[in-house]
Amino acid sequence: MPHDTNKVHVSLRHVTKTFRRAGGGQDVHALGPIDLDLKRGEFFAVVGPSGCGKSTLLEVLAGLTPVTDGTVVFEDQPIHGNVPDGVGVVFQEDACFPWMTVSDNIAFGLRQAGIPAAETARRVAAALELMGLGQFARSHPAQLSGGMRQRVCIARTLVLQPRLILLDEPFGALDQQTRLLMGEEVLRLWRETGATIFLITHALDEAAMLADRIGVMSARPGRLLEIVETGWAPDRDSTIVETPEFGQVTARLWQWLRVESMKSVGRMDRR
Amino acid sequence: MSLTRIEILGPILVSVALLAIWQCAYWLIGDIALRSPGQTVRFAGELLSRPTFWPHLVETAKAFVAALAIASLLGLTIGLLLGLGKTAGDVFEPMLIALYSIPKVTLYPILLLSFGLGLSAKIAFGALHGFIPVALFTMNAARNVRPIFLKTGRVMKLSRWDVVRKIVFPAALPEIFTGLRVGFSLTMIGTVLGEMFASQRGLGYLLMNAIGLHHVDVIMAVTLMLVLFAAVISFALLAIDRHLHKRF
Ligand SMILES: Nc1ncnc2c1ncn2[C@@H]1O[C@H](COP(=O)(O)OP(=O)(O)OP(=O)(O)O)[C@@H](O)[C@H]1O
Ligand SMILES: [Mg+2]
Repeated sequence: MPHDTNKVHVSLRHVTKTFRRAGGGQDVHALGPIDLDLKRGEFFAVVGPSGCGKSTLLEVLAGLTPVTDGTVVFEDQPIHGNVPDGVGVVFQEDACFPWMTVSDNIAFGLRQAGIPAAETARRVAAALELMGLGQFARSHPAQLSGGMRQRVCIARTLVLQPRLILLDEPFGALDQQTRLLMGEEVLRLWRETGATIFLITHALDEAAMLADRIGVMSARPGRLLEIVETGWAPDRDSTIVETPEFGQVTARLWQWLRVESMKSVGRMDRR
Repeated sequence: MSLTRIEILGPILVSVALLAIWQCAYWLIGDIALRSPGQTVRFAGELLSRPTFWPHLVETAKAFVAALAIASLLGLTIGLLLGLGKTAGDVFEPMLIALYSIPKVTLYPILLLSFGLGLSAKIAFGALHGFIPVALFTMNAARNVRPIFLKTGRVMKLSRWDVVRKIVFPAALPEIFTGLRVGFSLTMIGTVLGEMFASQRGLGYLLMNAIGLHHVDVIMAVTLMLVLFAAVISFALLAIDRHLHKRF
């Protein structure tokens, strides 16, 4: 798969987002201006202090939130408040449908897209297997742990075989061991599908282990302070954490983030 | 769906306790105003074997079923419309609540004038009672669907109608069902009440007539039938209601 092509897949120019408060309250300048190009097939991670606008950036990329200023171009088409074909999103919040079984949740998008039943069944079975949810195919989300529900949401997105996958802290509810293993799974999927991945995380080591490039965001309004290139080979796995280079990447991320995180915490104190 | 032991035993114990209280009350008060449970059941059986009784039962059943169907459909439609349209909701919600809180009897003369003294007036009166809770519960449920579900719908490119059908409705269903359950009770109250105030047939009419003639047997037997019917259905609806809510 073409990981080495330098073709631009998504491009953000001067993207800004301000939330207007109804009823004369203070507007919230949440994001930007941001300029960023995601290359086709690259694994891009974003880290930043809490509340800095990471989820907002993801929603802008997904076409779920219209920008206040600037442009977003996906596969040479500008995005205008609609989710383009080929974009898959896993949200930060648990978005499993509680009224459906795990299988039906995973099949939801496929059925909606009119994929034939046999193909749907095949993809759902493969996704259940991959996510370790095989025994829970007929369970309802209420019977699952938070981490398992998040895996259902990941599966629901992956079966659609998106070309751009947006992940908003998908492993937030998982323990450290599972998190590392899921990270490896995502790496494997990324290699197999050649999809472009945009991953938001609050775990610096996760970003350092998974991504080709890591964007470090400032405290709100979120801007890109720095983009750290890791230079990992595509066939990397979690054993990378033992290398000295991994330590250097994490240390650099922390240098940038320390100050910004203190700013964002300071703002909380003053509020 | 499986009921737990307490869900089955509880109602049985309560029923036994109520029967005991009833029997004691009968011993204390006596024949002037009450009949014993045994006598009442016996007389109810006798009523059911009289051919003249059945038309009344059928009339009430017809009115009730029609009123419930109208209340459910009307309530659901109004509730969904108000829940999905913010402006419509803001405008009509206070009116619905006002209608909910006034005694509907005050509107009965108007209904009688419009529908005449027959089946349709009872149906209208029953539906008038029943649709409001269905509409209010549905409206709130549709409003409170988690935004993340709607966002997921946008990512999966659902049409507006599919969003309502495949996301809003199933997400709101447990609350909607609670509305239907309350609507069931109120529709029944409305239908029988309508028959009691102005009607020439039906269980409510029979009850009112018996009060005038001081037929304690009839009063007790008809009341028992109504209470039993309401209790059994409500119990079943409550079980389904709990089952639906468990997943959320
Ligand atoms: N719909 C909205 N209306 C108004 N303000 C909003 C809205 N959505 C987000 N915000 C504000 O924008 C800012 C950025 O929010 P966002 O959720 O993007 O941050 P985040 O980096 O994802 O935070 P976290 O790390 O907690 O997930 C926050 O201050 C938030 O309060
Ligand atoms: Mg977020």
